[in-house]
Amino acid sequence: MDDPIHQFNIVKYFTLGHIAGREIAFTNSALFMLIAVAGISLLLIGGTRERSLVPGRLQSIAEMSYEFVADMVRSTTGNEGMRFFPFVFSLFMFVLFVNLIGLIPYTFSVTSHIIITATLALMVFFTVIGYGFYKNGVKFLRVFVPSGIPIYILPLVSAIEVMSFLSRPLSHSVRLFANILAGHITLKVFAGFIGLLGAWGFLGWIGAVLPLGMTVALTALELLVAVLQAYVFAILTCIYLHDSLHPGH
Amino acid sequence: MSDGTRGNRDSRAAEEAALSARLRSLGERLDQVGSRRDTEAGPAPRPGADMSGFARGMRLSAELVGGVAIGFILGWLIDRWLGTSPWGMIVLLLLGFAAGVLNVMRSAGVVKPGPFDGGQGN
Repeated sequence: MDDPIHQFNIVKYFTLGHIAGREIAFTNSALFMLIAVAGISLLLIGGTRERSLVPGRLQSIAEMSYEFVADMVRSTTGNEGMRFFPFVFSLFMFVLFVNLIGLIPYTFSVTSHIIITATLALMVFFTVIGYGFYKNGVKFLRVFVPSGIPIYILPLVSAIEVMSFLSRPLSHSVRLFANILAGHITLKVFAGFIGLLGAWGFLGWIGAVLPLGMTVALTALELLVAVLQAYVFAILTCIYLHDSLHPGH
Repeated sequence: MSDGTRGNRDSRAAEEAALSARLRSLGERLDQVGSRRDTEAGPAPRPGADMSGFARGMRLSAELVGGVAIGFILGWLIDRWLGTSPWGMIVLLLLGFAAGVLNVMRSAGVVKPGPFDGGQGN
C-alpha cells in the first residue's frame, strides 16, 4: 500500500537564493500557491472584464464571492470593518482555492502544512494587535479586563482572558490544518484498501466496492470540508478583527 | 393611411402599458427581495451559530485543545527561561485549561461573549 503520508512531502524544484545562510527554495508547495493565486486572478480579472448588467458565468462567480465575503464582513464587524475587506477576501479566496486545488488527484494541498496555516493565523493575530493599539491606544488592553468582576478575582480572570487571547492563533491555524490533513489521509487510506483487496482476486474485487464507495463519499465530504474550512477561517478572522475595532468599552 | 397610423399608435400605447405593468411588477419583486435581505441581515446572528454540526464539533474541540496547548507551551517556555520548573508549567497548564473551557463555552454560546468577542456594550 502506498504511504498515506507521502502526499505531504515537500519537493524542492530549484533554489532561489540564500537569506541569512538559509536556503530559499521553490518547492511544490510554492508552486501550488502560485497556481492558486493565478487561478484567483484569472477568475476575478476575467470575471470583471465584461462588466455586463446581466452577468455571465465567470462574472456571476466573481460577484457572488464578493457579495458572500462582503456580507460576512459587514454582519460580523459592522460597516467600519469593511476596511479589512481586502484582507479577509484575499485570505478567504486563497484558502478556498488552495483547498479545492488540493482535492484534485496528484496535486499538493498547501494547507495540510501547519506552517502555512500558522503563518496566515499569526498574520491575523498581529493585525488585530497592531490595529487595536493603533486605533484604541492603551484602551485596547481592556480586552483583558471584563467589566463587573470583583477586584480580588480580577487578576485570575485577566490571566485566563490573556491565555484565551493567546490561544486564538493556535486554534485558528490548527483547525484548518488538521481538517485538511486528516481528510487527505483518510481518503488515501480508503483508496489504498481498494488496491489491497483487489490483489485477492475476484472476491477481493467484490469486497473492494465498499472502500470505493467510501472513497467517493469521502471525496464529497472533503469538498464540503474544503469550502467550509475556508469559510470558518474567514469568519474567525472577522470575529477577531471585531475586537481591534471595538475592544470591551 | 389614417387607419394604419391610428392602429400603429394604439398598438404602441398598448405596448407601453404592458411595459410599464411589467416594470411595476419587476419593481415589486425587487422590493420583496430587498426587504428579505434586510430582515436577514437585521438581527446580525452570532457568528458560527449557524454552522453545521460537524464544523461546530471541529471548532469546539480545536478551541479546547488550543487553550490547553498554549498553556503547555507558555509554561514550558517560562520554566526554561526562569528555571522555575515545574511550577510555571503547573500554573499555566491549569490557566490554559480554564481558558480552553472558556473558549469552548463562548463559541458554543453557553456564556455571554467575552469583551473581545463583541456584544457586551457597556
